[in-house]
Amino acid sequence: MADNQDKASIHVTTPVVGGDLTFGSVTDQISSIVLTRKTPIGWFIGFAISFALAQVLLMTITHLVFNGIGVFGTNQPVGWAMPIINFVWWIGIGHAGTLISAILLLLRQKWRTSINRFAEAMTLFAVACAGMYPVFHLGRPWLAYWLFPLPNTMGIWPQFRSPLMWDVFAVSTYATVSAMFWFIGLIPDFATLRDRAKSKPFRLIYGLLAMGWRGSARHWHRYEMAYLLLAGLATPLVLSVHTIVSFDFAIGIVPGWHATIFPPYFVAGAIYAGFAMVLFLTIPLRWFYGLKSFITMKHMHNMAKVMLATGLIVAYGYLMEAFFGWYSGNPFERYMIYNRMHGPYAGYYWALILCNGLTPQLLWFKRIRQNLLVLWLISIVVSIGMWLERFVIVVTSLHRDFLPSSWGMYQPSGWDWSMFVGTIGLFFALLFLFIRFLPMISIFEMRTILPEAEVDEA
Amino acid sequence: MKSKAPKLYGIMAEFDNPTDLVTAARRTYEAGYRRINGYSPYPIEELSEAIGFHHTSLPLIVLIGGILGGLGGFFMQYWMEVIDYPLNVGGKPYNSWPAFIPITFECTILGAAFAAVLGMLALNKLPQPYHPVFNAPNFALATRDRFFLVIESNDPKFDHDRVTGFLQGFSPRDVADVEI
Repeated sequence: MADNQDKASIHVTTPVVGGDLTFGSVTDQISSIVLTRKTPIGWFIGFAISFALAQVLLMTITHLVFNGIGVFGTNQPVGWAMPIINFVWWIGIGHAGTLISAILLLLRQKWRTSINRFAEAMTLFAVACAGMYPVFHLGRPWLAYWLFPLPNTMGIWPQFRSPLMWDVFAVSTYATVSAMFWFIGLIPDFATLRDRAKSKPFRLIYGLLAMGWRGSARHWHRYEMAYLLLAGLATPLVLSVHTIVSFDFAIGIVPGWHATIFPPYFVAGAIYAGFAMVLFLTIPLRWFYGLKSFITMKHMHNMAKVMLATGLIVAYGYLMEAFFGWYSGNPFERYMIYNRMHGPYAGYYWALILCNGLTPQLLWFKRIRQNLLVLWLISIVVSIGMWLERFVIVVTSLHRDFLPSSWGMYQPSGWDWSMFVGTIGLFFALLFLFIRFLPMISIFEMRTILPEAEVDEA
Repeated sequence: MKSKAPKLYGIMAEFDNPTDLVTAARRTYEAGYRRINGYSPYPIEELSEAIGFHHTSLPLIVLIGGILGGLGGFFMQYWMEVIDYPLNVGGKPYNSWPAFIPITFECTILGAAFAAVLGMLALNKLPQPYHPVFNAPNFALATRDRFFLVIESNDPKFDHDRVTGFLQGFSPRDVADVEI
């Protein structure tokens, strides 16, 4: 009972949503976007554009598979280039979704409720985009199943000492667990849609997905337990995924990569990039669909603060990279840092410092955090900055090999860019479909944070 | 044994707020009814407690799933790298166990997560497209803003008129028979 009082006081002191919402209005407002409201013309325009861009991805992949990865700018000495830069960028964006849905759940942050469904969808789609790169960078993508330990007539097995194999397991586990977490979270809302849908096909589809959910107290009890356990499992998982992604670099004995700061620095960067993407998406979305009583200024504030905090960790990472380079006493490490700051790619490095190190400092000011336009622009700058970070890490370390005779420069080809643009198209096309056909805010979790959800047994 | 299957699944009372439902559920349990269940649009901790449902074996299932996943992950690598296809990579030992830890960890999480999801569905006996409670009037609102309490007909103390009268005593919005 003491626990109940505790919970009640949390509700009273922090109203995270608009005050006039009820069980009925929450249900109707969120489900109407899917079921009854006329699809806005803006949705069709947005979906058409992103779907067209997704076709660019198909074209690129077709060209790539027919001609081989020579169509990319990737070449010696920069043997890892745009594909891994974009892979890490997308995977990183996904991490905010898991952070919001799992870590904030464990920390009992009620404000996550308005944005967790959407952020989880973002995670899934970002991981789908990320997965494109390693698969198609293989050169012979039809042999991608060799990455998995499947019995085969050659009698061989994958080499598990390689961080690239760890990556396969980390990313596929992450994708699987995120999908399950998302689906489990959707089941009660599918039931809500099933019971609200007017047309038979929709009732049938949502009914199938809801699997006969009826809100039984026994079901809820096990459901809550499963959800909590999944959150507890997803939390170390999300930290391990970007840690392992950073091992792809840190295990290699390449100047600038072989550093112990990499795992925490990558994880913080991932969350930073992810929150930037959540802000980038939710600011227009809440305006467009009139969701201001669900996604309030408090959410924007909190997300901006998380971005500031993780941005500071990332900035510390940049500082430490430079310090490690100098303190190592290793001429190759020292040269790498010098070259990064003064070499041919110095412009990228300083742009990165400007985007990721200096711009987020604006978030210290409350007035900036309250100005949605500025916040939205900062989120774009941070997204660009995080892309630059991966570019700088990958390219500046590789393009100056140990022997000056093998030095070179890297230039992305048109196909590199079209693949990147194509995955952005795929990401947005999937998001538009999600917004149209699934409740973008978790309806049942919204009900739990309403004042009338309190059981008051006097 | 089921020669005369009951036509009645139970009797259902409908409430419009969680407090009434939990109070009614608690009194019903105290009155000695055991085959009872509550239905609500969102999880209510007090409700499962009130109907006497405290324990779920789900955490144990998840623990077992995690252990099996972890052991499976490690020994899969061990068997492949040490027994079935030993390959000298950079002079490292065949059983380079520290290098096997990341995948072992991921497999642990994967096993536990599958156990959590499939275990929850299995214990809840989902998917279950048909259930008698869907026949109850207004039950579609159980996924919106209504709260329901059912005393099932297979409860040892079940008696149609007594149960109806008992549920009426909580002054619910409605009391209705639920047919199978």
